[in-house]
Amino acid sequence: MSGIIQLKQVNKTYHGAVDLQVLFDINLSFEAGTCNAITGVSGSGKTTLLNIISTLDCPSHGDVLINGKLVNEMTKNQLARLRNETIGFVFQFHHLLPEFTALENVLMPYLIKRWRPSLDVVRRADELFEMLEITGIKHSLSTRMSGGQQQRTAIARALINTPKIILADEPTGNLDSETTAKICQVFRAINQRYGTTFIIVTHNYLVAEHTDRIIDIKDGRIISDKKKNYG
Amino acid sequence: MLALKIAIRFLTHGRMQTILILFGIAIAISIQIFVGLLIGSLQRTIVDRTLGSSPHITISSANDVPTIRRWQQIVYEVEHNNQVRAFSPSATGNAFIEKGNKNLPVLVRGFPFSNADQIYNISDAIYDGKEYRTCREVLIGRELRDELELDVGDKLVLSVPRSGTTTLTVSGFYDLGVASINKNWLFTCLDTGQEIFDYGNRVTSIELTVKDLFQADTVSRQLGKKLNNDNIMIENWKDQNEELLSGLEGQRISSAIIQIVIIASVVIAIASVLAISVLQKSPEIGILKAMGINDFNASLIFIYEGFLLGLVGSIAGLVLGIGLLYAFIAFTTSPGEIPIIDIYFDYGFVVRSWLVALIVATLAGVIPARKSLKLNPIDVIREG
Repeated sequence: MSGIIQLKQVNKTYHGAVDLQVLFDINLSFEAGTCNAITGVSGSGKTTLLNIISTLDCPSHGDVLINGKLVNEMTKNQLARLRNETIGFVFQFHHLLPEFTALENVLMPYLIKRWRPSLDVVRRADELFEMLEITGIKHSLSTRMSGGQQQRTAIARALINTPKIILADEPTGNLDSETTAKICQVFRAINQRYGTTFIIVTHNYLVAEHTDRIIDIKDGRIISDKKKNYG
Repeated sequence: MLALKIAIRFLTHGRMQTILILFGIAIAISIQIFVGLLIGSLQRTIVDRTLGSSPHITISSANDVPTIRRWQQIVYEVEHNNQVRAFSPSATGNAFIEKGNKNLPVLVRGFPFSNADQIYNISDAIYDGKEYRTCREVLIGRELRDELELDVGDKLVLSVPRSGTTTLTVSGFYDLGVASINKNWLFTCLDTGQEIFDYGNRVTSIELTVKDLFQADTVSRQLGKKLNNDNIMIENWKDQNEELLSGLEGQRISSAIIQIVIIASVVIAIASVLAISVLQKSPEIGILKAMGINDFNASLIFIYEGFLLGLVGSIAGLVLGIGLLYAFIAFTTSPGEIPIIDIYFDYGFVVRSWLVALIVATLAGVIPARKSLKLNPIDVIREG
């Protein structure tokens, strides 16, 4: 098994009054530069799986390797650095910082590692705004943007550090079908242009259709794993 | 730097909330500054006006003979003590002034004028005539002048027990603001005092003022140790005014308690507002953590918020507090009247209060900062 992300025998149990196991012996590997979808109904465990891949959550059992490194053994600060430099996040709710403009939001992951933006990174931000067709709202606060503009800004933010991996959790969950189609095209364009690995959690079949591989999860288990391009 | 930038943006974005907390801090600090400066000034005013222009330490004879021998040695030690501001040897004695059938008792105080002036501020108190420049000239107080109906240049006959009578010329009149002194004290030169009372070259006391009048007891002890002379006694104003001191101490303690309560309220106010801010900003903090900000920098945002609130609030409080003090003095003083309190601007107290407010406000940010450490980005993302 090889790939930019590897999951080996990953289990997740939430402990409470009643223990609830949501993932069962997940083994997965994601190749660099591929576009992947994880689908399943609500409560199937797809978001928990994405959270574990993103290092925001940890498995109860099993190993997660990113770039060949075992994340289970990393400290909180090492994980924070890994997320900042290697992973870009796009959430269902854009989670832009309302106190900052679109440009400042986009630059935020860069500013976490360097205190002042370089000319190169500002130029990259401009390119992303152009590519995502949101140059006009560059200096607007997120509260003054439409849902589609907010999500595109969130995508630009996820891309600013040129991460190897983009993790998207229901990125079009709150968008209309037209905007959803546009976002899917943007993901594909980025994937092809920068070779970024995409893992998109969605229950929208139309979104999954745009990817190379669809992993279907039910009750915490992988029930199908179809690679479109490779048959 | 990012943490500072985010802190500033959080504060400016929630403008109304920030203004309210700044207002609260400014009011609290202004009251602290106002109360502190007012009570400090009040204490100084009470001491100054109670002690008036009088010596802080008096060195006099400890035995039956009222005069001090070899007093020049004492003057030498006094002169070389860097805590001493002014000193004057004095030849003092009782005398009578005859008026009709009555004999008015007076205290003749012989001083070198320039020395005594530094202690009693006589120059400013002279309202008619001039200081004594030659021997056998004398300065008379306002009440005694009124009683004797004297003018500058008049002759005054003094009757001194065991020495007979002597005649002095009135050089001027003073008003030290204390009726008993104005009525009883006659100022003349040291030589005249020594001559009238037949003291020879001796003096009856050496009076001195110190730079910090609250250190009078310490200086007194220092001199006692240095002089090591059983024939003299050294008295200071603090030992002679214990009740006044205890009243001042009571004021100082109540002022300190008020200030501690105010500082505690500032801590509670800032900490509670920032604690609410952590809850309000948990989505932002969560997402920043997801994007890779580490726990230290995330918690630093709230420390900076506390620091910034403390900085701006305390500066506004300082300005407001000082303004309040001057407004208080202005409102309680009628035009042409002496203010009820003389303002003593204690820079040390103001700087200390400002620094304490700043440190305390910054530390108040630690509580929400610790709370932010526990914030899990997963919870934020899950809740949307």
